[in-house]
Amino acid sequence: MAQLNDSGHANQHVSSSDHHDHPDMEEMRTFGFWIYLMTDVIIFGTLFAAYIVLQGNRNGGPGPEELFQMGGIIASTFILLTSSYTSGLAVLAMHKGNRQALMGWLGVTALLGATFIVLEVNEFIHLVHEGATISTSAFLSAFFTLVGTHGLHVSIGLVWMIALIIQLAKHGITPVTKRKVNVISLFWHFLDVVWIFVFTIVYLMGVR
Amino acid sequence: MWENVKSFASEFFVTGDPLIYGADISIVLTIIGIVFGLTYFKKWGWLWREWLTTVDHKKIGIMYILSAFLMLFRGGVDALLMRAQLAMPELNLLAPDHYNQIFTTHGVIMILFMAMPFMFGLFNVVVPLQIGARDVAYPFLNALSFWLFFFGAMLFNLSFVIGGSPDSGWLAYPPYSERMFNPGVGQDFYIWGIQISGIGSLMTGINFIVTILKMRAPGMKLMKMPMFPWSVLSSCIAIIFSFPILTATLALLFLDRYLGAHFFTLDGGGNPMMYINLIWMWGHPEVYIIVLPAFGIYSEIVSTFAKKKLFGYKSMVYAMMIISILSFLVWAHHFFTMGSGADVNAFFALTTMLIAIPTGVKVFNWLFTMFRGKITFETPMLWTLGFIVCFLVGGMTGVLLSVAPADFQFHNSYFLVAHFHNTIIGGVVFGYFAGLYYWWPKLFGFKLNERIGKWAFWFWNIGFYACFMPQYVLGLMGMTRRLVTYGWDKGWWEMNLVSTIGAGLMGIAFLFQVWQIVYSVKHLQKDETGDPWNGRTLEWSIPSPAPYYNFATLPQVSSQDEWWEEKQRREREPLSLAPPKLEPIHMPKNSGIPFVMSMFWFAAGFGFVFDWLWLTISGLVGVAVCMLVHSFNYDTDYYIPVEDIKRTEAAIRG
Amino acid sequence: MTQHDMTHPHDAETQGSLKSYTIGFLFSIVLTIIPITAVLYGWAEGMTNTIVLMTAAVLQFVVQLIYFMHLREEKKPRYNLVTLILGLIILLVIVIGSMWIMLFNMVAT
Repeated sequence: MAQLNDSGHANQHVSSSDHHDHPDMEEMRTFGFWIYLMTDVIIFGTLFAAYIVLQGNRNGGPGPEELFQMGGIIASTFILLTSSYTSGLAVLAMHKGNRQALMGWLGVTALLGATFIVLEVNEFIHLVHEGATISTSAFLSAFFTLVGTHGLHVSIGLVWMIALIIQLAKHGITPVTKRKVNVISLFWHFLDVVWIFVFTIVYLMGVR
Repeated sequence: MWENVKSFASEFFVTGDPLIYGADISIVLTIIGIVFGLTYFKKWGWLWREWLTTVDHKKIGIMYILSAFLMLFRGGVDALLMRAQLAMPELNLLAPDHYNQIFTTHGVIMILFMAMPFMFGLFNVVVPLQIGARDVAYPFLNALSFWLFFFGAMLFNLSFVIGGSPDSGWLAYPPYSERMFNPGVGQDFYIWGIQISGIGSLMTGINFIVTILKMRAPGMKLMKMPMFPWSVLSSCIAIIFSFPILTATLALLFLDRYLGAHFFTLDGGGNPMMYINLIWMWGHPEVYIIVLPAFGIYSEIVSTFAKKKLFGYKSMVYAMMIISILSFLVWAHHFFTMGSGADVNAFFALTTMLIAIPTGVKVFNWLFTMFRGKITFETPMLWTLGFIVCFLVGGMTGVLLSVAPADFQFHNSYFLVAHFHNTIIGGVVFGYFAGLYYWWPKLFGFKLNERIGKWAFWFWNIGFYACFMPQYVLGLMGMTRRLVTYGWDKGWWEMNLVSTIGAGLMGIAFLFQVWQIVYSVKHLQKDETGDPWNGRTLEWSIPSPAPYYNFATLPQVSSQDEWWEEKQRREREPLSLAPPKLEPIHMPKNSGIPFVMSMFWFAAGFGFVFDWLWLTISGLVGVAVCMLVHSFNYDTDYYIPVEDIKRTEAAIRG
Repeated sequence: MTQHDMTHPHDAETQGSLKSYTIGFLFSIVLTIIPITAVLYGWAEGMTNTIVLMTAAVLQFVVQLIYFMHLREEKKPRYNLVTLILGLIILLVIVIGSMWIMLFNMVAT
């Protein structure tokens, strides 16, 4: 692992060579996470493909025009957009070395994310009450799976963000926590991008 | 109470087949034997410290290869049973439903639980050594990948004795794989066995891409990298973009079965063809995923044993990269008969023919490398030559199959069966064997016996042609795949009998290989040089087996075949090696989390299979807790002090 | 981009500035409002509508990439960009390929 940097430095003193190692190692981990995001792109791509192919198969059940209530959806879209912005502000605070602001902005991001999830769960409950469940039609199977997978990602991101806030409280801003903040903000922007396409393809094109 | 237990057990365990009772007994005896052995020799702690918690890429590689060999045995027995059933007309050795299970498990095991881990094993063992790295980019993730594969494979294999095996073919086409037609648990074992090991494969793909791009020794430009890492890179690119499709598709099938969704069902607006479309978007890249590293292995071996630089290095690199991307553009040739219309079929027929071109480029590169080389015929080279002939036949029949109108005739016949065995055994299996023989000394510090190895080689080859050449003819005569039996009046029995004899020869060849390993261990002839084949790349510059930190000092690379050039340099000017300056080496710490977390995945998967919600939830909670524990652990690495390196180096270099 | 002047020269990490984040945020708000009004007020029909909506979504994706994920500030070799492009190509192959095979298929529909 260390060979990235330790050649050329005859550094017997462990802690100082430690100092040299980390930026590269953490950068490498961020790159790995970026590749993971690309694999997630493919997962969502597959779900989008399934949705687009199957959305016309309503099986006599309700379609998007009857089901979707755009008010809540538009609200949650702006909430997620804002949370993408606040997670960016968290990264800015981190680069300024301001731990309190960093944790604060992460907290705000998590709160907005939680609101998004609450709205989504509400929507799902509403749909189920309308008699539109995952087993009603191919269209609804694909809808619940695509939107639900995005929601699952946001929920996992929430747990992770809370865990990260605790770690920041414990360790402060170190190369390791820095990388973790960078990575989760990437994840959060990515989920925002996915949502934009869910919003456009599923909701906006659905109600037209 | 007792009645309840009895009725549960009769459904839970697979009953009624003497073959399975035999397997039950041997499984129980093996487990008792292993537990007894470990306890008697007091090896539990050793097993835990040295293997179950290790993050050392070499040990993980060995565990991968060992599992692959076990799975090769299981899949091979499946194959022999099928061939025995088909040896003569109207045999009744296997009941039809049992036969269905066996061709299903044979396919799944050979591709996903034999070829994939064999390949990952070779990645692990070879790539860091060849690029002059001390480990992979993410050692912890690497261990997690292995254990996820292992427990996924175990979950799948468990279906043999508990609950019943899947029986809807290796790709589980709906609607037959849906709950309506397939209510048993076998199909769920299939889904979760593959899902769990699939996560592992995906992470390995990411891991090796980063390792190759970011961890090469100083001076090793990408275009100076040996060919095997290049092939690994191209294979991993295909992995990261295709395995997510598999994960998503199987998840959709699972939702159909578990929650009553309607993706691929016949009712509710579902469309089974969508599954076939999606699964082949993974399935076709998958065959290139497993064959590309084999191409890399052949390239290394050809240039070592011809003692020449690889011919057309750049064209080889481009060919691999093109194949890796082009493999995503041919998937519909697996279902020309689905009725997608002429333009779709024409497009995919053309792309399929196109992909043959870069493959042909490689074959010429190997031939030109051998041209005027001082070739020696050790076993790795024999396998390579066997491959070129065999793969040529398989590739040509592939081009025949790519002609869409002709495919309406070949589709799902034994012609197809012969074709893909031709490419997968001739390309992949021969390649991994070649690689295993070639790098075995690096792994264990001794060569495998050449004489027995040659017996194994010839039995494999003769057996192969005897087994599969008749199948081409059978296909043209109208024999369809997955056929449990046939009548005397078909005129197929002579060819089938020859085919079965060929399969038997390959079975004997496998026994030769096992004997070869046992014999070579018994008559141990240690390789003191670390470079038994007069190799060209960096892995041969260090002792065999490699010390746990691989390189005491990192090599400085200046040319393509660095170790070969270095040997030339040393010959010209007898080395004035001042002992290199050692520095403390940064290493990852062992961790038990990958093993424990994979066990939780196994539990969650088992819960999903039997619809036991309590087990599923506890399994998933366990997984989450493991992840959090790892996330909160900041003490993940350590430094090896210089004195330790000196002591280790002195001990191995003598 | 201006934020290059504000970063410390030795700190090569990508980070952006308050200004770039805010610009990105405003852009994405605008690019969300346009399609919403287009749909709610029924500006366009059929294919035009699809093109307007998809263009807005893709633009917003680009905005996020540049202003939030700082893709333009990557050091060479630009592996992140290369993997992204490959990923997008495969994504398009999956979605468009499935549509072509499944929706323009006389037997399936």
